Amino acid sequence: MTTPQAPLLHASGISKFFPGAVALDEVELKLYPGEVHALLGENGAGKSTLIKCLTGAYRRDGGTITLDGEDIDAKSTAESQELGIGTVYQEVNLLPNLTVAENLFMGRQPTRLGLVNRRQMNTQAREALLGYGLDLDPGEPLNSFSVAVQQVVAIARAVALSGKVLILDEPTASLDRDEVDLLFGVIRQLKDSGLSIVFITHFLDQVFEISDRATVLRNGRVVGERLLADVTQHDVVTLMLGRQLEATVQDRKAGKPGALLLEINDLAKRGMIEPFSMNLHRGEVVGLAGLLGSGRTETANLLFGAVQADHGKMLIDGREARIANPRDAVAQGFAMCPEDRKTHGIVGDLSVRDNIILALQARQGWMRPIPRAKVHEIAEHYVKALDIRLASLDMPIRLLSGGNQQKALLARWLATEPDVLILDEPTRGIDVGAHAEIIALIERLRENGMALLVASSELEELVAYSTRVVVLRDRHQVRELTGDEITADNIVHAIAAEPEKGAA
Amino acid sequence: MIRSTHLPLMVTLATFVLAFALCGWQYPSMLSTRVVANLLTDNAFLGIVAVGMTFVILSGGIDLSVGSVIAFTGVFLAVILRDTSIHPLAAFVLVLLITTMFGAAMGAVIHFLEMPPFIVTLAGMFLARGAAYVLSTDSVPITHEFYDTLQDIYWKAPGGGRFRLIGGIMLLVFICGALVAHRTRFGQNVYAVGGGGPTARLMGVPLARTTVGIYAISGGLAGLAGIIFSLYTSAGYSLATVGVELDAIAAVVIGGTLLSGGYGFVAGTFFGILIMGLIQTYIVFDGTLSSWWTKIVIGALLFSFILLQKGLTWATITRKRTATGSAQQS
Repeated sequence: MTTPQAPLLHASGISKFFPGAVALDEVELKLYPGEVHALLGENGAGKSTLIKCLTGAYRRDGGTITLDGEDIDAKSTAESQELGIGTVYQEVNLLPNLTVAENLFMGRQPTRLGLVNRRQMNTQAREALLGYGLDLDPGEPLNSFSVAVQQVVAIARAVALSGKVLILDEPTASLDRDEVDLLFGVIRQLKDSGLSIVFITHFLDQVFEISDRATVLRNGRVVGERLLADVTQHDVVTLMLGRQLEATVQDRKAGKPGALLLEINDLAKRGMIEPFSMNLHRGEVVGLAGLLGSGRTETANLLFGAVQADHGKMLIDGREARIANPRDAVAQGFAMCPEDRKTHGIVGDLSVRDNIILALQARQGWMRPIPRAKVHEIAEHYVKALDIRLASLDMPIRLLSGGNQQKALLARWLATEPDVLILDEPTRGIDVGAHAEIIALIERLRENGMALLVASSELEELVAYSTRVVVLRDRHQVRELTGDEITADNIVHAIAAEPEKGAA
Repeated sequence: MIRSTHLPLMVTLATFVLAFALCGWQYPSMLSTRVVANLLTDNAFLGIVAVGMTFVILSGGIDLSVGSVIAFTGVFLAVILRDTSIHPLAAFVLVLLITTMFGAAMGAVIHFLEMPPFIVTLAGMFLARGAAYVLSTDSVPITHEFYDTLQDIYWKAPGGGRFRLIGGIMLLVFICGALVAHRTRFGQNVYAVGGGGPTARLMGVPLARTTVGIYAISGGLAGLAGIIFSLYTSAGYSLATVGVELDAIAAVVIGGTLLSGGYGFVAGTFFGILIMGLIQTYIVFDGTLSSWWTKIVIGALLFSFILLQKGLTWATITRKRTATGSAQQS
């Protein structure tokens, strides 16, 4: 590719080491004026480390950064801001208790006789935001506005402060489509005014919609820089993963379920899920499909005893089982990975080892501690078996990337050697590579004779690993698909089959 | 324009006006300049220390040392004026320097060692109280003609009320405090720290300077309050002003400042002080009530203000939810 101009920002040979790990290895990033440059990579590939090195939040251990041809070495985010590099993070990094104008002008308030001139500040803030298409009262506290508006205010602040390079770290993660459009409008406008923008996101569609160029990172190294006009999404994903997605191709020959394990008869809970019946055999993956709020998570919680049923019964191996709470469920050989792993799954400050052993120890009872050697052995085994990437078993689990946290959670339950494994949105918020690995793992567990129940909103994924799919709509069980019926199309049809009757 | 953030201040103001009206209705003689003047004089030292406490609480911290610092200042002045021939003004400057440095040192420990303000200022509380005991365990009278001069400065209002110097100083401190909090960059930084330290740092707020400055202000104002208290009582006693830090905190909270930091006004603290003083005056006027009723009423007031703050927080959260619609919080 021909590049007539010199890069505005040129980072070369950037290295960063953490105890026991190389986070960045000689990374190069070239940013040209007036372009949107996407930074891509799996979780843990080094994107955020690179950003932190650029903004001075981390000190780099090697390499040079030039801005406008001059070497820079920012020691703090404040310094890089002054040099011209502004950053906007996923969680809006503004102060919710201050007004919009105060946030916009923090640290550079217009003053008169040493006192802050609030009137002038509010007027200027209003004008500045009008330039971004926002007409609002800047004297209102920031937390009275939506996340998208806060995001634009954050961008306005970064641009006003820095004005050369704008780094957007997953700005769209919590926005809906309209809000994303608002944000993209702002980004295009800034790009036209000659600003260079680094854009980080997990949404590939958005990358292709807004970006001109992309740099792809993998394991702390740059694996490619591409003009996006020249490549397809598939190329980019291949670069990111370094291998073809295995789970997309699927042969469904192993559809021979084993013995009947679990029989569910009209299990129901008023206001949560209507009577639900299902059989689950060993060596079978039953997918739970449905829209958000259709009762997928509720069903999973009901089976695991997290919510108590007020109707119906459950038979395990032909005997009626009473499951009043998750303890009972675990005792009966159930295991569940919940949807929201941050609040219901991991214990962030405990080590990976302790997190993995938690469920097994809980089932044993606290009076009979598992010997340390055994704990280590189990943790080691699953870290290897599930390919959990970590620096040490002793590191707090919150430091792991999303995909590795999810695998550690799976390890926790697999350590209890369950008969029935319930997974609620097992691939939410994790990168494509870990995604494929978890799908492969589900396959493997099924082949080993475990019975799995997987609730997911990703139809392709359900199609890939389910031997049967139960479709839910409005808390009703509406259809069960088996064998060749299982296609994304059929699931969509089942979800959309009947128009809602008497919807209030 | 009334904004939601002003609501606690409005409630405080309304409480004060209502309480004063009630008092005046029951005891018409309470509506005199004499009562108002006494209200200012009697609460001068508490008001000054509460301004410092407002800064500390706005930043999300707490300063438990101020009561001890006031006592230390009083004893220090009394001893130094008794044992040396130094002029009181020079002693004032000296003691203000000491207390400001003391506050700054606590701020530095809080910031650089990342210690909770509660523990650091608790240590400061014992230190200052201990230093006061070391200087003298007895009540030391202050007899100096300069003190008499200062105590004799007053403005006699039409109704017979004497507005003394120390009340005036308190008003001045409140005005300066409000200007610093709301109209200077330092004040904005205080609110920023209270809104969230890490975020404030990302926005370029100098955390170290701000934190040290906040506790230096609190310490210095506690020193000033100590000087005022020595003018008020003409003595220094190491057992004086025990628990004043808690009164100051109560005044700040009744004044509508959120204990978790980030929201509040210096003016609110002023009315918080007046409300507390008013309760005391009412009990004096009543004559039959035990003075401990002051504590009970203040306790009840505090509790209701905490409930109010919680309610307002909930209200903003629900309003925000409806404003953002179905957008998910990440």
